Amino acid sequence: MKITRRKLLKGGAAAGAVAATGFPHIWVTDASLAYAAGGKIKVGVLFSLTGTTGIIEESLNKATIMAIEEINDQGGINGMQIEAVVEDPASDPATFAQKARKLVLSDKCVSVFGSYTSASRKAVLPVFEKRKNLYWYPTLYEGRECSKNVIYTGAVPNQQQDEFVPWLVKNFGKRWYLIGSNYIYPKEENNYCKKLLKELGAEVVNEEYVPLGHSEFSSVVNKFRSEKPDVIFSTVVGDSVVALHRQYRAAGLDPAKMPMASLTTSENEVAAMGGDAAAGHFTSAPYFMVWDSPENQKFVESYQKRWGADKVTHFVSEPCYFQVKMFQQAVSKLAPSDINPAEIREAVKGVELTAPQGKVRLDAATLHTYLWPKIGQCKSDGQFEIIKQSPGWLEPVPYKAYENQVCTEQGLKET
Amino acid sequence: MDIFISQIATGLSIASILLLVALGLAIIYGTTGVINMAHGEFVMLGAYSAWALQTYAGIGLIESLILIFIFVGLFGWVIERAVIRHLYDRPLDTILATWGIGIMAQQAIRLMAGGELRYVQMPEALSASISLLGVEISAFRIFVLVFTAALFAFTWCLMYRTSIGMKLRAITQNREMASSFGINSNRVYSMTFAYGAGLAGLAGALVSPLKSVSPEMGTSYVVDAFMVVVLGGVESLVGTIVSSAILGQLTGFLAFYSNDTIAKALVFLAIVILIRYRPQGLFATKVRG
Repeated sequence: MKITRRKLLKGGAAAGAVAATGFPHIWVTDASLAYAAGGKIKVGVLFSLTGTTGIIEESLNKATIMAIEEINDQGGINGMQIEAVVEDPASDPATFAQKARKLVLSDKCVSVFGSYTSASRKAVLPVFEKRKNLYWYPTLYEGRECSKNVIYTGAVPNQQQDEFVPWLVKNFGKRWYLIGSNYIYPKEENNYCKKLLKELGAEVVNEEYVPLGHSEFSSVVNKFRSEKPDVIFSTVVGDSVVALHRQYRAAGLDPAKMPMASLTTSENEVAAMGGDAAAGHFTSAPYFMVWDSPENQKFVESYQKRWGADKVTHFVSEPCYFQVKMFQQAVSKLAPSDINPAEIREAVKGVELTAPQGKVRLDAATLHTYLWPKIGQCKSDGQFEIIKQSPGWLEPVPYKAYENQVCTEQGLKET
Repeated sequence: MDIFISQIATGLSIASILLLVALGLAIIYGTTGVINMAHGEFVMLGAYSAWALQTYAGIGLIESLILIFIFVGLFGWVIERAVIRHLYDRPLDTILATWGIGIMAQQAIRLMAGGELRYVQMPEALSASISLLGVEISAFRIFVLVFTAALFAFTWCLMYRTSIGMKLRAITQNREMASSFGINSNRVYSMTFAYGAGLAGLAGALVSPLKSVSPEMGTSYVVDAFMVVVLGGVESLVGTIVSSAILGQLTGFLAFYSNDTIAKALVFLAIVILIRYRPQGLFATKVRG
């Protein structure tokens, strides 16, 4: 190994930091110190405000901004204000990567909160891994990822399904029809679902995928009719989910006998399809807007006060909110000179806080979050009625469908 | 057997939606030769008109159909007067121009109505399903089927039983010759364009209770409509109806026995192979150029 002048300086700086904590290291040129320069902590906010997913991502931007404002109003983190650098990646993965580079390299953000789709997360991943920065991802997703540069605060398949699938089998029956949009998320969710169904002795009568944006479901509805499944497990997303529900209802099928069970139908999708088309179907998620807790009441109230009384909170905007609070807790443990992505990652491990959905905890090994899955049934007014909550928080296991792979603190282990 | 009948009904329903969307395009393309890339946006405007009339004026879907036809038809007429008529001799430029108009329409709607997905309430009387030949069929889908059949009959009469239809067919065969016989081809062209746009608007309004309404919804419809027109043969109304029936049944059956992804791919493949050997489509009218 060659010892360069820069490395020597870095080592010296680290030694100096250990030797004299609290001493103002004005002589150190270590770049990491610049992260908390001028009593400000810079973070990036990377949600699309325009483009196809602009509408939903705008609500994620709003929840993030609100959390940052709350922290700043209460005096910031150890007296330092959080400065949000907002970028609009326009629903385009390539633009996501480009804006991520800008936030990390030229704005020198210590963390970036962002992404709704898996495609955009995958696009920015190389940036954060190469630059050793930290990305905070709020969306429920398909799991099977173990990056040490991403903090995952949304649900992975086991968290949404472990309670949901046995409950559905018990209450509705063992003949399942799996339908999803044709991309990775539904396929991974169905992989795990099939594993659970096998253990429960239930049967998959059909598994099929429709093209993204597909809107003609009459043949699918005919198959529902002829197969007569007990449960339709739906991971159809986007505008297809609206078409599927509306055509299901127009065909006169009955949710009481053949309910659709979804992992992706939130208050937002229900608003787009109309409560009458959604009524009676089930969704599993860690958060619903109607959840009755003092924290959620406060969250919904402040959200509507800040952004408008007609705005809704949902199961992706809630993690956006609490992950900023997790960031706050982690950073507050650090001395200003220690504020850098690597230290924040170490500090956030095991952080617990009471989120609107309940008490959550960041798992040290996987950097995913312990969450409280709930089962909601949609009502015709467009809100959910919560039927059941899991008895305890559920551990995130991102590789649960794959027995020979485990996500550990050191990374992915194959056995 | 039940399944067979309900699959036939499904195929007919898909076909009726295809025909509804393609009819306007076929007329515009067949008469003026303009490849109207903004056709999907006419459909989208129809759907948004239905949504706006329902949300802001409380007018039900059925009652608003006439208004929507007039509104989108008017929009088409303005587009023809302002842009298309200057480009009749430059067919390639019309593709670009109409595509641009489509994008502008999408973004204008996004700015005015927002990008959220919308839906249109189904008329109460048609929201149930009815039993027919032992199978359950959505009443609204039957309504769409009947409405499309009526619209097609009306259009056919317009083309083959009225003097304006005769003029239109004369222009289609030879524009200069028709003009020299005193037919005002400019006027006929703009009326045709407006009529085609109005039909697209009706299509959008009628599919809106079954599908989602969004600024980008037109894109998939314009692809389907072009498939119908290309397969059926340009300038042939009969071709349009036959090809939508074939595509509807084919898509329905393939989707039932495999899935929608494979159905879509196979239908595309079949069309590619067909136009390789029969570029003029199934039904081509012989026209002296």
